[in-house]
Amino acid sequence: MAWVSTLISYWEPTLAHYLLLSAAVFSIGLIGVMVRRNALIVFMSIELMLNSVNLSFISFARYRFEMDGHVFAFFIMAVAAAEAAVALAIVIHVFRHKRGVNVDEMQELKY
Amino acid sequence: MEPLYADDFYFLGLIVLAPLLGAIINGLFGARLPRKVVDWVACGAMAFSFVFALISLQGLVGHAATQESDGGFGPHLTYTVYQWIFRGDLNADIAFLFDPLTAVLVLVITGVGFLIHIYSVGYMADDPDKWRYFAYLNLFAFAMLMLVLGQNMLVTFIGWEGVGLCSYLLIGFWYNDEKKAAAGQKAFIVNRVGDFFFILGMFLIFYTAGTWDYVELHEMATSTATVVQLLPIAFPAGLLIFLGCTGKSAQIPLYVWLPDAMAGPTPVSALIHAATMVTAGVFLLCRLNWLITLSPALMAIIAVTGALTAIVAASIAIVQNDIKRVLAYSTVSQLGFMFMAVGVGAFVAAIFHLMTHAFFKALLFLGAGSVIHGMHHEQDIRKMGGLKSLMPWTHATFLAATLAIAGVPLFAGFYSKDLVLWNSLANTHVLGIEGVMPMIEGAQNSLGALAQYLTVDVAPVVEDAGGEAVEVVSWALAVNWGVYLVGLITAGLTAFYMFRLYFMTFHGECRADEETKAHIHESPNSMVGPLSILGVLSVIGGYIGWPHFLARYFPEGLQPYVLGLEHWLADVFAVSNEFRLVGRFGESPYGPEAIAASAAIVIAGAGIALAYVMYIKRPELPGVIHERTTRIYKVLMNKYYVDEAYDFLFVRSTLWLGKASYWFDRYIIAGLLVGGVAFMTQSLGAVLSNLQSGSVQRYATYITLALVLIFIAIFYGVI
Repeated sequence: MAWVSTLISYWEPTLAHYLLLSAAVFSIGLIGVMVRRNALIVFMSIELMLNSVNLSFISFARYRFEMDGHVFAFFIMAVAAAEAAVALAIVIHVFRHKRGVNVDEMQELKY
Repeated sequence: MEPLYADDFYFLGLIVLAPLLGAIINGLFGARLPRKVVDWVACGAMAFSFVFALISLQGLVGHAATQESDGGFGPHLTYTVYQWIFRGDLNADIAFLFDPLTAVLVLVITGVGFLIHIYSVGYMADDPDKWRYFAYLNLFAFAMLMLVLGQNMLVTFIGWEGVGLCSYLLIGFWYNDEKKAAAGQKAFIVNRVGDFFFILGMFLIFYTAGTWDYVELHEMATSTATVVQLLPIAFPAGLLIFLGCTGKSAQIPLYVWLPDAMAGPTPVSALIHAATMVTAGVFLLCRLNWLITLSPALMAIIAVTGALTAIVAASIAIVQNDIKRVLAYSTVSQLGFMFMAVGVGAFVAAIFHLMTHAFFKALLFLGAGSVIHGMHHEQDIRKMGGLKSLMPWTHATFLAATLAIAGVPLFAGFYSKDLVLWNSLANTHVLGIEGVMPMIEGAQNSLGALAQYLTVDVAPVVEDAGGEAVEVVSWALAVNWGVYLVGLITAGLTAFYMFRLYFMTFHGECRADEETKAHIHESPNSMVGPLSILGVLSVIGGYIGWPHFLARYFPEGLQPYVLGLEHWLADVFAVSNEFRLVGRFGESPYGPEAIAASAAIVIAGAGIALAYVMYIKRPELPGVIHERTTRIYKVLMNKYYVDEAYDFLFVRSTLWLGKASYWFDRYIIAGLLVGGVAFMTQSLGAVLSNLQSGSVQRYATYITLALVLIFIAIFYGVI
């Protein structure tokens, strides 16, 4: 079964693969943020973007055999958790206020 | 008491301070003070000022006795209050200068001013705003004293503006009357026009000479080395200052404000618009005599302007029916005489006439005020007449002043007017070309400049003057004869219109209505007193300047007095008299002088006789003449339509310019430029504000797009 190990070694993911994946996830998140109407989905898209950045950090950390990236990843996770709490609270508040979480209807920022 | 020095003579400061204090006290607290106190403060301030002036005069006489006449500025006292401006080259102190010329003016201002203050106590007795009146009057005295006492042109200018302000305040004293308020504004605005020229002249002098100090300027003008610098500006600077003087002293073309200024209380007309303020121009030109005599063209302009003003105003005065208006035009006319004297280089005559005019014209105005007061504010002489018996004191003093202004011998006006006329005949006010030559020796540039600024055809005519050949420019001779003849005719007109006024007011039947007639009364003592004193001065005021051909018959001991003014002012005008003016008739021309005096007497007598025939003997004559000469009469009655012409030329055109400017501002500046910028910003904002939708998602999109653009730019190396 030498061809299997060859195939596996051939498919072994390199840094580029991880970065491509990260970019893809980031783009999906970004597009989600830009086009989705439901605030919860937008919020989830933001989580996607954060996690794609996490993935880049980890990849680089692994690639360079350093721990800095891990530190950042933990930071981002902690911040994301905190952010999730605050964001959900805001969403709930908005829902109570407007009976809905459609971001198209939230345009008060311009005032 | 510590000794007083000539350069620290603090009484000069006190002369000015007294009326200022009076003005402050009455101005701030007058409304709450008892009326008696207001009177005392105002009159007391003037009395103190007069006393200080006398002390200064004594100091000056004492100082002059210790001084040798060295051809310099002559004896003078100075007092510096404080250093006002010292910045680079500009050095101007609040400093006072008291020389023989100033002394005459200060004594007239404080003396006549004091009498008029006393008179005002009676005249304004019923006015509720008396305190305001006296505050203004004292403030005026302060400003006028600053004007004449200033040691540099800047201090003079403070006074110059101050008297203009006070004149405005007092003309419009009864500001509830719109006409009177407008007259005040007219006076102020016309004066401002003149003041503008005065400022320009001041700047030009400072630009060239680097100083405004009269003593330093005088030094420059009299030293051979430095007069060269002053020569090129003598004409332009002198002309600008002269134009300033035409405003303040009511000469053509700026005389129009003075007749209207009669809207103010009559004592104000007497003090400001006859005796003092309007003579400021004459004073200033005399003060700067060493400057204006550098330019014969300028002197000719001054003389011609003065003569024209004299005859124009006199001809208008003939037909006016308002007692104060006749006197106003008479004042303009007499001021014309003074300018005529200045223009022919007879500065002593100008100051002499200024002084006697202050006496008799103040008296005429106060007498007119007394008449108006007695007749319950009636000013039309057609409704007067026969007041001789009803107001004996007013009549007697008014007659004295009328005789004086008409030029009847033994009355003050005769001496001064005769001196003016004689000088205008004798002085060929030509730059003695010989005289100036050594001064500008070796200065070819200034000679060129001189020729340029003379702006005349220098065609010398050789005349015999006392055996010496003197170069006389031909146009100057023509100007001389013209000015003299105009002056002589004006003297006749003056006698005529003054006696017309006198006869119509005091003689014949009383033409007032019955009710007024019953109330006509002599004025109170506070008014009659000043009238009497001025009456005496109107007679004896001329005895300090006898004509030379008569003066020599006086005994030896009296000689210094019969030519007193001439001796007194000799140092002030030394430069001008010495070598810039050439007498046409030589050293001691007693014959021509006597002929000239006789001519003046004859023409004055003719004027009086004509008035007597027309208004006493045959009262129907004026009506007949009026019918025959309706046109001329109408032109004179309407004052040559000068007011209308000015209204059309300046007032209307200014209004039109204002309207055009308003339109331009409204539609071009505000509409197109300001409005355009606003419109552009607004519309741009309207377009761009669409971007700020408030939608977070859009914002995220913008950020993304911007990032993409930035990456692309970096990628292609644009940034």
